[in-house]
Amino acid sequence: MEPIRKHEGIVYPLNRANVDTDQIIPKQFLKRISRKGFGQFLFYNWRYDSKGELREDFSLNKEKYQHASILVAGENFGCGSSREHAPWALQDYGFRVIIAPSYADIFYNNCTKNGIVPVQLSPSEVQQLIDNAEASDYKLTLDLESKAIYDNQGFHADFELDGYKREMLLNGWDDISVTLTHDDKIKQFEQQRELS
Amino acid sequence: MGKPKTIVEKIWEKHIVHEEEGKPDLLYIDLHLVHEVTSPQAFEGLRINNRTVRRPDRTFATMDHNVPTIHRNVIKDEVSKTQMDTLKQNCTEFNIPLADINHPDQGIVHVIGPELGLTQPGKTIVCGDSHTSTHGAFGALAFGIGTSEVEHVLATQSIWQAKPKTLNVKVNGKLGTGVTAKDLILAIIGKFGVRFGTGYVLEYTGEAIRNLPMEGRMTICNMSIEAGARAGLISPDDTTVEFLRGKRHVPQGDAFDEAAKEWKSLATDEGAIYDEMVEINADEIEPQVTWGTNPGMCIPVSANVPVPESAKTDNEIEEIERALEYMGLEGGEPISSVKIEHVFIGSCTNSRLADLKKASSIIKGQKVHPNVTAIVVPGSHSVKKAAEAEGIDIIFKEAGFEWREAGCSMCLAMNDDVVPEGERCASTSNRNFEGRQGAGARTHLVSPEMAAAAAIEGHFVDVRHMKVPTA
Ligand code: SF4
Repeated sequence: MEPIRKHEGIVYPLNRANVDTDQIIPKQFLKRISRKGFGQFLFYNWRYDSKGELREDFSLNKEKYQHASILVAGENFGCGSSREHAPWALQDYGFRVIIAPSYADIFYNNCTKNGIVPVQLSPSEVQQLIDNAEASDYKLTLDLESKAIYDNQGFHADFELDGYKREMLLNGWDDISVTLTHDDKIKQFEQQRELS
Repeated sequence: MGKPKTIVEKIWEKHIVHEEEGKPDLLYIDLHLVHEVTSPQAFEGLRINNRTVRRPDRTFATMDHNVPTIHRNVIKDEVSKTQMDTLKQNCTEFNIPLADINHPDQGIVHVIGPELGLTQPGKTIVCGDSHTSTHGAFGALAFGIGTSEVEHVLATQSIWQAKPKTLNVKVNGKLGTGVTAKDLILAIIGKFGVRFGTGYVLEYTGEAIRNLPMEGRMTICNMSIEAGARAGLISPDDTTVEFLRGKRHVPQGDAFDEAAKEWKSLATDEGAIYDEMVEINADEIEPQVTWGTNPGMCIPVSANVPVPESAKTDNEIEEIERALEYMGLEGGEPISSVKIEHVFIGSCTNSRLADLKKASSIIKGQKVHPNVTAIVVPGSHSVKKAAEAEGIDIIFKEAGFEWREAGCSMCLAMNDDVVPEGERCASTSNRNFEGRQGAGARTHLVSPEMAAAAAIEGHFVDVRHMKVPTA
């Protein structure tokens, strides 16, 4: 995956809680067999009406968010199905950073395997960012090395991210190659198993 | 005697391959279940990197998510067909056992695992599917993973995991007559919310859980993910052991008794400490119906749909308003007055033989309401055969239900089984998200008994007040 260290981008506010993966990418688009090209289907049922035309009343369709790369949303983002198509769609659409007060576990994990940084901030910080982005054209910067999010108007927040996940994201590493350096241990484990 | 431990701690310790300060543990995976939707990109990844499947013998695949349930081999949707063909090719190439669409073992992955005895206490089990938590009913540590992790497990038979926190969900007392495991888990999620389990493994304990048969335990653990938890489990006991006796993949004869002894020793020790605990009283629980667009939005069948003003915060008010609008409800009406057009009995939550039997006992000799289309989709081919051997299919068919082939079907409507826009379905599945059963479809989650009763009456009714026909 693509490494990510520092990222500045336009913020898109999605002021909803419990956004589930069925909304992020509806199931009719899960049938493709490659990882690419899911961005066009992101939030499909919200972005398009039943005739397949863009819904003007859905905020992501607004001109000012066209090049957004930072998504801010409510509690429990990414709940529901384990489909990795959800982060694939977000990433393919152009999002590199998500900010929310809480996440579903599987989704959170899936993000970190696809070069998306899931940032957890307090509900009041998230609300502040949503308000800012709704009110004006608003940009934020992520600094993954120092685990901070800030703007140029004085907002600054630190966030937690487990060291291992951070390292993988910073370097764009793939888990499997790291794990295979422990191959001898896996073998040993299997041998002991078979003996007992 | 060492320090008392929870079952999660015991299973965890037995599966650590590698640990390092400040990093997640590398955990060995005993069983990897695979289905057609979340695996193609994982196999593709293996090929691109010239890797192979480390333990095909610990991997098992089936087709369930988009298989047709009317005519087995008429797959109208080309893309679905490609996905199934791709799984078949991948399993052949990597030597993985596959129960494909025409195989007698085919079924929903979370139904066939236990049925074949692949699911066993103490195992670590993963699958690219969030309802993998179902297998926790046997005292296994089972959780859903994403496709990158599927690829990782295929290649290494292990996974990086931080040791989870544990949460004891203690269910005191007894469930009343006509109140099922489904009502219990809905009531738990209704009471504690759709995120109370996030970051935890739930262990369900208490009298009401001990009294549940394995089918009910699977229903409970299945919906752990709807409470935010990746895994939920129940310590093994005699009920677990008796369910597994004689299953194809468990040890046989004396070896079984040996295994059973070991399984039971995994149960959480007296005095073990959980990170958190919640409690609920089974006696107070009524049959439940969801009214909104997440499983926490549920009420007893005797209650009224909530009004937005009942919420405390602006965000909650908005959430209720949006859900009412999507569901086509006013707010304030009795849920029992809400009319339905569809009934779906099926899914990995409620499609086992016991579920179908109970539903059939409600409808025997009656007719599906003229405004309702009702379908039964058995969880697996074996469930279907077993039900047919007992004449359960006849009861359903005579009442006007369609009797289908096994698969996920209308639980997520990836095949042709779709609820049309604006129509309402009483469903025994686990998710009532917007669009889950079809774009604009309105889902109400209920138990199989409640779904059967609604099919007859054309609206929700308290199954405890139905006249159950005498055989
Ligand atoms: S029945 Fe529904 S919830 Fe269960 S595995 Fe299939 S699609 Fe997922």
